[in-house]
Amino acid sequence: MTTSKGHIGQSHRRENALRHLAGRGRFVTDLVLPRMLHAAFVRSPMAKGKIVELDVSDAAAASGVVRVFTAETLNDMCAPWTGVLDHFAGMQSGAQNLLAEKEVLWAGHPVVMILAHSRAEAEDACELVMLDIEDEDAVVDGEAALAGGSPLAAEGLDSNLCFQTVLKTPGLDEAFSSAAHVVEGNFTFGRHTAVSLEPRAIVADFDPSTGQLNVHQGTQTPYQFQDVYSRHFGLPEGKVRVIAPDVGGSFGMKLHVYHEEMATVAASLKLGRPVRFVADRLESFLSDIHARDHRVKARMALDSNGGILAMDVDDMTQIGAFSSYPRTSVAEGNQVIRLMGAPYQMPDYRGRLSVVFQNKVQTSQYRAVGHPIACAVTEALVDLAAEELGLDPFEMRQRNLVADDAYPYVSATGYQFEKLSHQASLAKLRDLMGYDALRQEQATLRTQGIYRGIGIAPFVEITNPGATFYGVGGARISAQDGAVVRLTPAGDVYCAISVTEQGQGTETIIAQVIADQLGVTPDQVKVSTGDTDTTPSGGATWACRGAGIGGETALRAGRKLQEQILTLAAAILQTDPTLLSLANGAVVDTATQHERITLAEIGRIATYRPDTLPKGCDHSLTVAQHYAPTGYPFDFTNGIQASYVEVDIETGVTRLLKHWVVEDCGRIINPLLVDEQIRGGVVQGLGPAFFEECLYDDMGQMVNASLADYLVPMAGEMPDIEIAHIETPTLDTILGAKGVGEAGTAAAGAAAMNAVNDALRPTGARVSQTPMTPMRILTALGHL
Amino acid sequence: MKTDINFTVNGEAVREAIEPRTSLADVLRDNLSLTGTHLGCEMGACGACLVLLDGAPVHACLVLAVQVAGQKIETIEGLNNSGLVADLQEQFHDRNALQCGFCTSGMLMSAHALLSQNSMPSRPEIRDALSGNYCRCTGYEAIVDAISATAERRSKIVEGVQ
Ligand code: FES
Ligand code: FES
Repeated sequence: MTTSKGHIGQSHRRENALRHLAGRGRFVTDLVLPRMLHAAFVRSPMAKGKIVELDVSDAAAASGVVRVFTAETLNDMCAPWTGVLDHFAGMQSGAQNLLAEKEVLWAGHPVVMILAHSRAEAEDACELVMLDIEDEDAVVDGEAALAGGSPLAAEGLDSNLCFQTVLKTPGLDEAFSSAAHVVEGNFTFGRHTAVSLEPRAIVADFDPSTGQLNVHQGTQTPYQFQDVYSRHFGLPEGKVRVIAPDVGGSFGMKLHVYHEEMATVAASLKLGRPVRFVADRLESFLSDIHARDHRVKARMALDSNGGILAMDVDDMTQIGAFSSYPRTSVAEGNQVIRLMGAPYQMPDYRGRLSVVFQNKVQTSQYRAVGHPIACAVTEALVDLAAEELGLDPFEMRQRNLVADDAYPYVSATGYQFEKLSHQASLAKLRDLMGYDALRQEQATLRTQGIYRGIGIAPFVEITNPGATFYGVGGARISAQDGAVVRLTPAGDVYCAISVTEQGQGTETIIAQVIADQLGVTPDQVKVSTGDTDTTPSGGATWACRGAGIGGETALRAGRKLQEQILTLAAAILQTDPTLLSLANGAVVDTATQHERITLAEIGRIATYRPDTLPKGCDHSLTVAQHYAPTGYPFDFTNGIQASYVEVDIETGVTRLLKHWVVEDCGRIINPLLVDEQIRGGVVQGLGPAFFEECLYDDMGQMVNASLADYLVPMAGEMPDIEIAHIETPTLDTILGAKGVGEAGTAAAGAAAMNAVNDALRPTGARVSQTPMTPMRILTALGHL
Repeated sequence: MKTDINFTVNGEAVREAIEPRTSLADVLRDNLSLTGTHLGCEMGACGACLVLLDGAPVHACLVLAVQVAGQKIETIEGLNNSGLVADLQEQFHDRNALQCGFCTSGMLMSAHALLSQNSMPSRPEIRDALSGNYCRCTGYEAIVDAISATAERRSKIVEGVQ
């Protein structure tokens, strides 16, 4: 076995960070190809209407314009796509196509595509398009959408209900009727969006002489897009190559199928030359997926000791005019109702989900799908219960969190937990934040008219998804990942892997894992990602699979290569491979650790002098490995967060003072990267809790679609974030790693909401809507 | 309708024929292939496009290229080559103060400008100085740490010399 361990678990810096620090990143937005055209889109200015007139002749004649496409001239290139999955029984959605045909369904729906020599010329020509739309009543609000007599969000739908489901345990009614206490609340979670700093970007390059389509795309999931382009444009998969170089932030937003990307590919196929589309920020707000947009009614039944008996939850998710493709817009709500109460021993549950269409841009999977909603609702009710029973929030959690020795455990919603560490996390958090001293400080300051609040929120996070996630519903989304690892003639290691890098540090952790298997250092392992032609196919990066699934794939590939090297070395050294191992870039004698032959020498012999090897000796020095999880359907991580805030009850302004996270992501491969994933995630949870919201008027117009109006959390508003870890490796894999990318986002908002309400407690006010803007806090205080 | 303008970029004299409406960012990226200057919003909000104009940080997306005629521009590529921010870069690297890297050029520009005016900024001062720079990946704390550590290191070097 491996003798030179020790890179897994170390804080290695990211080699690829050096390029970015030097200003030498390679983003799709930086790419220029010969004869490349630039695309701009004319979008519907209205949320709903019929296209009655469309005249593009002036635009087509404008300076620099090469082609103008409308639905009539482009849509036949592509098979329409429909965002439904079989396992969401009864769900409906309209089919989508490249450009709007006859009707427009949200303000921002692309109607015309203009290709010109420069982006500026294409945009100029957009102004010359005559587009007349007969305005129709837009479906803006989800509740109104479900009321009788509401217009439909799109033609061809049965109703505005996309999907409905109910989960229920048999004892629910009994739990509520026998409860000593029932607490309840209504919650509203605003729409927000990813605001990746690099907008969506694509350069499609079709070469008619070879039939090869190369697509350079800022995406997390190149293989998924290879499959989508191949199927929807009728191209052999082998003729479609998707290259995802550096990606300037994605967070789930860059794995959905969008009209503009599909139209860009179609245009390149038509014209046989490279076509580029880069969204500007306004377009990003109008066309990137939005997230959340839930209204939740929930109640919780408790016994006289504060033991949680049951929850009864009704979630309405508002998703826009279509369900997104290929993952659907139902996955979020589905996860919301299944994650409710997840950290707690709670025997009974009912969760009802209604997914509703509206005339807005579609919502879909964004970092920590469903988690922040389930966590905020659960934790708000647990805090309400603690208040009613006169229990400290820590005491309340201690009584109810699943015990650390109770695993394996199945939640009332059917999730199977292998092993979590809620109680240990709770205790660790209490120490980390110095809870008792904080409570004292809070009490002292209150006497001076300063309102501070402490909020805590335990969570579980879903990671390492297997085929039961999307595959069972018929989606062509890979549940497995693949790696090819080889020893070069000079004795270096090269790994091509399907999990992708968007700055999380995928390439670094893969290098660490492989280095440990082969007795080299991580800087001797070159990792390449993000190109469907040069890496094996796989799911890539979504739902936290990089470390857990990608890392395990790399580990197994590394071990295979280790075995191959040792077999070859044994043949060369005329000894038994079981007596040899790898360390310090060489094959060593296991017993003495003495060097027998270097990897460079093995590479040299295998490559240049295979004639000196015994007959039949395998000297390929390359292995391929694919891996898909086979144990639990997916893994869960857990943790707990705490927030310390100050609320100015005169102005409603909130100041975030400090945030703490205790987190258990299983085996930690690189603590430096894990901590930064958590911090970034926390800020993406605090943003929508306090600032971020896509605001719409009654006509369905987004009214803050610019970075001047949409508030993104800034350095000055964000607190320092202290992090501690517990490690409970999953036994499903050799590596034991779960995921961590969404943990920060999962519970930050819940902790913050509890903290704000704790600060407000002496006033009797409560906030249950995010973002918790000064206006909403003042309204809760009765000042407005 | 193109105008010729002369200016200096990273110490190199350049002459470009441009339309008056072209932004400095577009000239740097499209004409000169200096793609380290990024565009995140094209409206002066995000800070990804910061460059130094005669030493002061400006939003390259808001400056028209014709306005910089005769002036000196420093981009991340130049700052990198000059070695002036090598210690900042190292601290960013150590602390993993970047993830996707899209905001990083702008962050380094702001950090460099801050440290040249205030050699020992407090954490709140650093957070304040970054109020024109969005980062969606890091949560900012690592960036603040890296800048603060650079200031400390520089002050120790100065003390050592004296
Ligand atoms: S691109 Fe210039 S500030 Fe955002
Ligand atoms: S590192 Fe991605 S935006 Fe800052």
